[in-house]
Amino acid sequence: MNVGLSPKDFASDQEVRWCPGCGDYAILKGVRAALAKIGRAPQDVVFVSGIGCAARFPYYVASYGFHTIHGRAPAVATGVKLANPDLDVWVVGGDGDFLSIGGNHLLHTLRRDVDLNLLLINNAIYGLTKGQYSPTSHVGTVSPSSPRGSLEAPVNAGLFALGAGASFFARTVDFLQDHLPDIMVRAQAHRGASLVEVLQNCIIYNDGVFSKVTSKADAAQNAVRLVHGEPILIGSETGRGLVFDEASCRFRVAEIGRDCPPEGIARHDETNLPRAMALAALQDEDGPEILGVIYCRPEGTARPGLSAIEATPLMDEAELATHMAGPRAARGGGKPALIP
Amino acid sequence: MKNEPQTTLKADRDVGAARNGIVVRFSGDSGDGVQLAGLQFARSAQQAGAELMTLPEFPAEIRAPAGTVFGVSAYQVHFGEQEVLTPGDEADVLVAFNPAAFITNIGFLRSGGTVVYDEDSFDERAFKKAGIEDNPVQPDGHYRAIPVAISKRTLEAVEEFDLGRKAALRAKNFWALGFTLWLCGQSTETALAWIERRFAAEPDIGAANAAALKAGHAYGETHEIELPDIFEPVAPMATPDTSRLVSGTQTMALGLLAAGTLLQRPAFYCSYPITPASALLHELAKFRSGVRTFQAEDEIAAVSAAIGASYAGGIGVTASSGPGLSLKTEAIGLAVAAEIPLIVIDIQRAGPSTGMPTKPEQSDLSMAVLGRHGEAPVVVLAPSTPADCFTMMIDAARIATTSMTPVIVLSDAFLANAVTEWTAPDLEELKARMPPAPVSLSNGTGGNWFDRDVETLARPWTPPGTPDRMHRIGGLEKDAGTGDISYDPANHQRMTDLRAEKVAKARTELTPPLSLHGAEDGDLLAIGWGSTYGAVRRAVDRLNEAGHRVGHLHLRQLWPLPDGLETIFARYNRLICAELNSGQLTAILRSTYLAPVAPVVQTTGRPFMVSDLQALFAAQLGETAS
Repeated sequence: MNVGLSPKDFASDQEVRWCPGCGDYAILKGVRAALAKIGRAPQDVVFVSGIGCAARFPYYVASYGFHTIHGRAPAVATGVKLANPDLDVWVVGGDGDFLSIGGNHLLHTLRRDVDLNLLLINNAIYGLTKGQYSPTSHVGTVSPSSPRGSLEAPVNAGLFALGAGASFFARTVDFLQDHLPDIMVRAQAHRGASLVEVLQNCIIYNDGVFSKVTSKADAAQNAVRLVHGEPILIGSETGRGLVFDEASCRFRVAEIGRDCPPEGIARHDETNLPRAMALAALQDEDGPEILGVIYCRPEGTARPGLSAIEATPLMDEAELATHMAGPRAARGGGKPALIP
Repeated sequence: MKNEPQTTLKADRDVGAARNGIVVRFSGDSGDGVQLAGLQFARSAQQAGAELMTLPEFPAEIRAPAGTVFGVSAYQVHFGEQEVLTPGDEADVLVAFNPAAFITNIGFLRSGGTVVYDEDSFDERAFKKAGIEDNPVQPDGHYRAIPVAISKRTLEAVEEFDLGRKAALRAKNFWALGFTLWLCGQSTETALAWIERRFAAEPDIGAANAAALKAGHAYGETHEIELPDIFEPVAPMATPDTSRLVSGTQTMALGLLAAGTLLQRPAFYCSYPITPASALLHELAKFRSGVRTFQAEDEIAAVSAAIGASYAGGIGVTASSGPGLSLKTEAIGLAVAAEIPLIVIDIQRAGPSTGMPTKPEQSDLSMAVLGRHGEAPVVVLAPSTPADCFTMMIDAARIATTSMTPVIVLSDAFLANAVTEWTAPDLEELKARMPPAPVSLSNGTGGNWFDRDVETLARPWTPPGTPDRMHRIGGLEKDAGTGDISYDPANHQRMTDLRAEKVAKARTELTPPLSLHGAEDGDLLAIGWGSTYGAVRRAVDRLNEAGHRVGHLHLRQLWPLPDGLETIFARYNRLICAELNSGQLTAILRSTYLAPVAPVVQTTGRPFMVSDLQALFAAQLGETAS
């Protein structure tokens, strides 16, 4: 742990080339703040990315960075981590990167629970290729490749991740600087694959797509900031919260006092997988936007991940010589005496 | 047993020195244990001091319906006293467990050869399964048939173990092995010792197999069977002590272990199951140290993880076969652009698409050399023997880490599966092949993280964790000076040239990059690469023995092409290139040197036969003469 690191220590000398007003600026700011708070030496931090607007991220962080190819960043990062488990490895991708071309890699990275911090920067559009609908676009998204509106149902990133066996899933919003850095710190502290979905506003091609949380005022009305063990309340002082309906296994919005007493509001249990899935499912409905750590695998239930691979030692020369000589030599014998 | 007479072949009995050794071919159903019988036969011969090479041939289906022609599996062993370089064109002895094996393999028996078949399996029902009406065994002078009731004799031999008929019949491969060992003058001792070890946990099964093996051998001794004319008793063979039997897959695995150990960096082997490359993953996964194996979710993840491992300071290795190499090409381009050391092994198989997954071909050469978008040169190497597979892994690791480049190594289904004897090289000698640390790791101190080594033109290898060398790198074009993103036109030209020059400089890194045998100048130069080494060499030997002046040039390094080829070409009247594709190296040589190289090609899913090459080369000589 390095004391005294500031966000500036993680600012690279590269000129940032995102569009003015892009949500990525805020995400970059929040991640730099988180990195300073986490305090790992910049040389031990690696950012790996795929292709897309979000994937330019590594150039702007003063650590090691590897800008790879479309969709494959989780696979590259897995190799990085397995070769040197001491590194703090972050993977940055967009919705196209993580959920379309690289969906397979995200699935297996989560399932394997490799100790990576995965940032899914979701703007529900293909930005760098000029605005085609993406796998998280709402049905009916009008775009150059869907002039009559997109037809496909969007991927729910949270349900995808939890279904794949993710051990950590959280959601935050680009501009929420009082929320995003803390979520990043939580994700980094989690041992195993942690996926954070960052709702990001693409000001050029999909402005206002996350209408519930486009501004602070919106968020104050529509966002739930989950806190483990605390009641799940919507916005600030809205008098609304979520109750859990056991019969339908769903959360629903309740007005405190009218629909339920204050103690009827559900308390968040981030270690409860079915409840986490019910929270993630709300993204597909007209309810509130759920932010915070939606699921974190309970302590003491850590899966082995790939630690056995990471721990494989080098081979020494004596052992190599034994293997080269072969099983017969290893058994201590030369040739059987066939000939008298 | 130790006093039994040893027999061996009459060397070079029919066509002068051109003939060398005995070829035995086992054939039967995929479930008959043919591969095991063949391999144990090879082990026995090797332990008796023979040199050998094998050719396992099996269908892609795991257990095709019993008795059908598409379920037939075969294992050919060529063994002899002198340098054995091929699995043999034709078999002297064919063992057939059923009619389907007989009809699909009789064509591989030489004229005058001996076929041993299980007469118990030659009935109407079996003929029907094999799709034939009558008994296919029609001795007409072309071969000598020895019918043996293998099934019945096996059941008798293992009767005391009460295994039940089905389990008892599983021992028939050992009965046939015992008989074939007798036929070829070999003892059962090696196979018996193996059975004892292999079935230590199941002593009853082991004892039954041993009984069957002994019974098969004894049957030969006690029945009046006229030995084929190739066998005659001779003095015991010399027995080299240090050799062992290995496949190209095993030597490749050992080579990767050696590379990691010599470089003192973890080898990271990452792959996705595919035939026939999977065997390498299986081999490496056995080791608890020296190599980290990772079974990825797909071919792309496999190469990507290997790139990530190399980026982080390991030796990233991925392997596949043709279809997998297609999938990996984009990522290989990234390794070119970001200058990441990477070893890509392609165990080539007959294509296109799924093709014939268990059959060898050399048809991925063009893809390896040219098959990427953009100007993306890489180093392409090809081992020519199982022994060469070992050293080539060390060479590949050295070149990849010294020049910061992907290295593609082209093996094939034959080279990977063929078994031959091998003496492990001395570790101290190997150290000379591998510098203690790659130059690229030490040449980056001072200056910019992107400063190139003046000799190799490689950028420094500065893995994450290195203090004060932090940088960002990727697939975007980089400024030649700073390594930062650049769209500058002149810079892109410069970087394109630099990448090409860097790979071109690696042409002197492989020692030796080629081998040259036979006539040093003369009528014809036969050029080959990869697993065809033995066949081309033997064909050239035979022509030289017949008074021609033919050279054999075998390339280990296919890109960049080694220095001096033009000089060699100039010494011969005619140039031909023999390869298991439609002329891919031929095209590269023609376009690179404007040399009139003629193709001698085959895509049958089988290795070249020496006799075929001999005839084709001779035809070229004839044209020269006329």
